[in-house]
Amino acid sequence: MTETFILIPGRTSKQGTTLNEGKYTEGYQTEINTLKMNPDDMERLGIAEGEDVRMWNEYGSVVVPCSTGKDELPPGLLFISYGDKSSQLMPGETHGSGMPDSKGLDVQIQKISNN
Amino acid sequence: MSIAEQPTNETENPLKIVEDATCTFCGCVCDDINLTVEGDQITKAQNACVLGKAWFFNHHIEERPEALIDGQPATYEQAIDRAAEILLESQYPITYGLSDTTCEAQRVAVAITDWIGGCLDTTTSVCHGPSGMAFQGVGEVTCSLGELKNRADYLIYWGGNPAESHPRHFTKYSLMPKGEFVPKGRKDRTAVLVDVRKTKTAKAVDIHLQLKPRSDFELAWALRALAKGIELDDSVEEKTGIPLEQLKEVMDGMKKAKFGAILFGMGVTMTRGKHINSEAVLALARDMNEHTRWVAKPMRGHGNVTGADNVVSWSTGYPFGIHLGRGYPRFNPGEFTSSDVLGRGEADAALIIASDPYSNFSQPARDHLKAINTIVLDPKLSETAKIAKVAFTTATYGINVPGTVYRMDDIPIPLRPAFDSPYRSDYEILKAIEGKIRERQLAAVNAG
Ligand code: SF4
Repeated sequence: MTETFILIPGRTSKQGTTLNEGKYTEGYQTEINTLKMNPDDMERLGIAEGEDVRMWNEYGSVVVPCSTGKDELPPGLLFISYGDKSSQLMPGETHGSGMPDSKGLDVQIQKISNN
Repeated sequence: MSIAEQPTNETENPLKIVEDATCTFCGCVCDDINLTVEGDQITKAQNACVLGKAWFFNHHIEERPEALIDGQPATYEQAIDRAAEILLESQYPITYGLSDTTCEAQRVAVAITDWIGGCLDTTTSVCHGPSGMAFQGVGEVTCSLGELKNRADYLIYWGGNPAESHPRHFTKYSLMPKGEFVPKGRKDRTAVLVDVRKTKTAKAVDIHLQLKPRSDFELAWALRALAKGIELDDSVEEKTGIPLEQLKEVMDGMKKAKFGAILFGMGVTMTRGKHINSEAVLALARDMNEHTRWVAKPMRGHGNVTGADNVVSWSTGYPFGIHLGRGYPRFNPGEFTSSDVLGRGEADAALIIASDPYSNFSQPARDHLKAINTIVLDPKLSETAKIAKVAFTTATYGINVPGTVYRMDDIPIPLRPAFDSPYRSDYEILKAIEGKIRERQLAAVNAG
């Protein structure tokens, strides 16, 4: 089953601390590669904590483990720390502003094991 | 400032205390950090937040070559030579990054770009660049962080999560401190968060306006209408997800405030609408001055991104996205901004200072960056440094390198480094590249 969500890439304090330890440390890589989702959405889609999902849009496709965003995220909204994964889903077009759409991206989500 | 050296038992590792050192990890640029330094390791960073501590504790000297050409260790002189050659041979060079280095180094980077007639852009273009455009459209009602501390009794954090991204903004400048006209500190202030997520900042404020994604512009416009006494209908709630009654309550509080401030982040600038969103927020602050004192300030991320805006503006007249190829500056975001230049596959060489665009640009921009000659200056290994033709390992500003940075409210602050690095600073390397470029340009003129 595929569903459309809105993805908000952003900064977290863990990303900041692990960034200083190094971009190639496990802590940083885990932080920028984990997708956060509303717990009710996870339950409805049958996604277990830590399970991989495919997330894609017209610009790219990534596979990321999914984790509960607890009460931080309303249904339909996803969060991921800025990094390689979020950049792959970012359009090159900036609409004359110099800034690509970097937050509020429409993405499709699919649980991998259902394929 | 005072730097005292105290001998310890291990004489080869003298203990040094650096008082009032400056943290350059985020735009707060806290300059009250007391560092304990043992050799080339900072062991204590008193007053620093969790991010600041991570910044100070993790900058030790790494054993990496000073310079690499095509991934192979090279001497400094060879690398300077090759870097100058690449830039001189290029038809369309771009300079990018600059937000994590000193103003002194930024000046030299501007000069190099001018000498070679290139494109000049900083990480501002993918952070508050849209706000930079909005300033030109509607202006900026501004203030220093000291004024916030001493006066602000109504704070609106909009599209940002300072609890995680600028931890000491709350305690040092905006939410918590006791100030001259807000003697009871937090109790004298009302705080509102406008954000689609219930972030850690939501827990620190009094009112959370949890708007629907991509409705910042509509929300700002609705508040502007209420500020002017225009009646609105319930479609506002449909669009933004915020009940009209709650908006009216907030507007009432905003009008009653003595000194209000909107502190806006990248939730405003990075979402569809971008500079139009920033304009809406800045215009709201401007309009509120018909009732009482209001300001709006962007929350800046990198330690000296504000310095980059200042240096580039005082040198060229514009803050980012500038082309110097015709001998005079032309400003055009969307045309001369790096995401676009690279995304369209236009530049043929890039000088990248203290930034990692290969990790965070769009795929088309990344693909092009990999295909062209790049010169990268960075204290740490990054994806961008890995694909560089010429890579320099540099000393870290603020920790090893002295100089000037600008706090997010445009206040210049000096750096007080903790220990020496075996690597050269961005300033020294850029100065050497500039010297080499001038030498060859003048030789060509004389020969011709
Ligand atoms: S708030 Fe920012 S500048 Fe201040 S100590 Fe923390 S990371 Fe450093």
